[in-house]
Amino acid sequence: MSITATGSPPGGLPKVSARRRAADLTVRVLVCAAFVLAVIPLASVLWMVLTRGLARLDLTFLTYSMNGLSSGDEGGGANHAIVGTLQQVGLSTAMAVPLGVLTGIYLVEYGDGKRLARVITFFVDVMTGIPSIVAGLFVMAFWLVALGFEYSGFAGSLALAILMLPTVVRATEEMLKLVPGDLREASYALGVPRWRTVCFVVLPTALTGIVTGVMLAVARVMGETAPLLLLIFVTDAINANPFAGPQGSLPTFIWYQAGDPNPQAIERAWAAALTLILLIMLLNLGARLLARLRKPVSR
Amino acid sequence: MTSEADIGRAADIAAGSRAVRRPMSTGRRGDQIFALTSRASGIALLAVMAAIAVFLIWKAIPALQANTANFLTEQEWNPNADPPVFGIAQLAYGTVMTSFLALLMATPVAFGIALFISFYAPRRLAAALGYLVDLLAAVPSIVYGLWGLHYFSTKMDDVGRFLNTYFGWIPLFGGDSVGGRSLLTASVILAIMILPIISSLTREVFLQVPTAHVEAALALGATRWEVIKMAVLPFGRSGMISAAMLGLGRALGETIAVAMVLSTAGGISIHILKDGGNTIAANIANSFAEAGETARGALIASGLVLFVITLIVNMTARAIVARHREFA
Repeated sequence: MSITATGSPPGGLPKVSARRRAADLTVRVLVCAAFVLAVIPLASVLWMVLTRGLARLDLTFLTYSMNGLSSGDEGGGANHAIVGTLQQVGLSTAMAVPLGVLTGIYLVEYGDGKRLARVITFFVDVMTGIPSIVAGLFVMAFWLVALGFEYSGFAGSLALAILMLPTVVRATEEMLKLVPGDLREASYALGVPRWRTVCFVVLPTALTGIVTGVMLAVARVMGETAPLLLLIFVTDAINANPFAGPQGSLPTFIWYQAGDPNPQAIERAWAAALTLILLIMLLNLGARLLARLRKPVSR
Repeated sequence: MTSEADIGRAADIAAGSRAVRRPMSTGRRGDQIFALTSRASGIALLAVMAAIAVFLIWKAIPALQANTANFLTEQEWNPNADPPVFGIAQLAYGTVMTSFLALLMATPVAFGIALFISFYAPRRLAAALGYLVDLLAAVPSIVYGLWGLHYFSTKMDDVGRFLNTYFGWIPLFGGDSVGGRSLLTASVILAIMILPIISSLTREVFLQVPTAHVEAALALGATRWEVIKMAVLPFGRSGMISAAMLGLGRALGETIAVAMVLSTAGGISIHILKDGGNTIAANIANSFAEAGETARGALIASGLVLFVITLIVNMTARAIVARHREFA
């Protein structure tokens, strides 16, 4: 919505008094200042990550692990962390998306007005507010302590899946609600059973939007550190099996390298931060492009 | 970390209409199976939530029983000692203090940004500027932590000294051992992190302001600020309050950036410029590595307290929105 600028109205009406004009101008200045104030930290963070990260981000960094190196050594890389992050995020997506999308389908297509649907909606809200460290503590209490499994990438991805789930449910819900009821009715009129209508008419219509939502959710959990610290433990070597043994990940890699007093380690932390931000921006940009490319059908 | 879900929720308030409903299943087998599967997923989600509550409580109880101090009032956190002594008083103080300060700093700026993008920025630029602010939310907290630890805290060191020298008579800025890794630095970083959440939720609220109200105000000859004061703010008040509270919920649970920036030191202190301080979430991340059996239970118990605090804040925010919706 836009408000057209107010000058002196035509037709000889009295002009806006100086006091009112001064108040208007003050607010305008304050509001612009607020925006500038917000851009400063963004520019600073991105600039620091870019300049400090580029110093060390090279092929060695991407293809070597830290195996056998001590933190004061030159060289070394984050390959083990990149492998770990991709696997953990992939696994959590594989768990959260089917569950989340089906729950979204239930809420929109089947649950209207039912008590179960209201309860689920309420708890999706609760789940959105779970601090990531609490999700990590839960998986630790459940998977590591109660069931006795060892630290692994999979344990980390369980926590990430919990954090993704409410976002996926919400995105699916929003997008399915945008699908016109006429489409469903046209399908029913042709005698198509309900489940085929949902799977082959409703879902494809909403697909782009759902994929966008999922990509944004993935980008969000990719930077999660706290639960991984509790669940995947730490290793310097490449572990390509997420189901057994400690694994690396980019966020925990940054955490350990940044906490190290050696300047070589801190350089690696910046380079890993740049890698992580690039991955996340790529997903974000992809999601936005996809959303623009094929807007969901509006009512 | 933009909260897509929260934003989505605001959108769903806007789009009230939906498709025509019909019975759950036509009785065909495919229909029955599909309806059951989707219903089962919903129930599985509820089961996960129940499991979170059950396991956290179950694993926290033995540690709480072994505790020799009052869990709620004790300031020391020493669950590895024999006998174990731990309490969350200091941690809870740090959590509430940093989040509250962050909210204090972020809210006016966030509202300003929302007003700027919704009403002041050139129409063509508005979407791009909104995206720029959302970018702040896409930066992961570990990167804020790295930036905070190796760059921002050195800058805040000087700011802290300045405030201490000239405003030291205010108790908040008093005390000695002023440094950059203080509660104030942590609060500023939290404020930066919740800024995009509050401002994008507020923008959603502004979008719902009836155009007729705005046009009526304009027709009366109101200036732009008067339009905002008369038509926009009264309409958006409850939505803005709940946006701020959802931001507060995010700040309370934030772990990593705070854990990296604060140099942990014990004791409750009103002097926010001092190096040190701790929060519930940061304490979990920092002391997990050397935690034994009891200590893990103690950390789980503190996590439970954190969960309850954030839950209350988030639910209050949603209740404000829901009440507003009824009367709108």
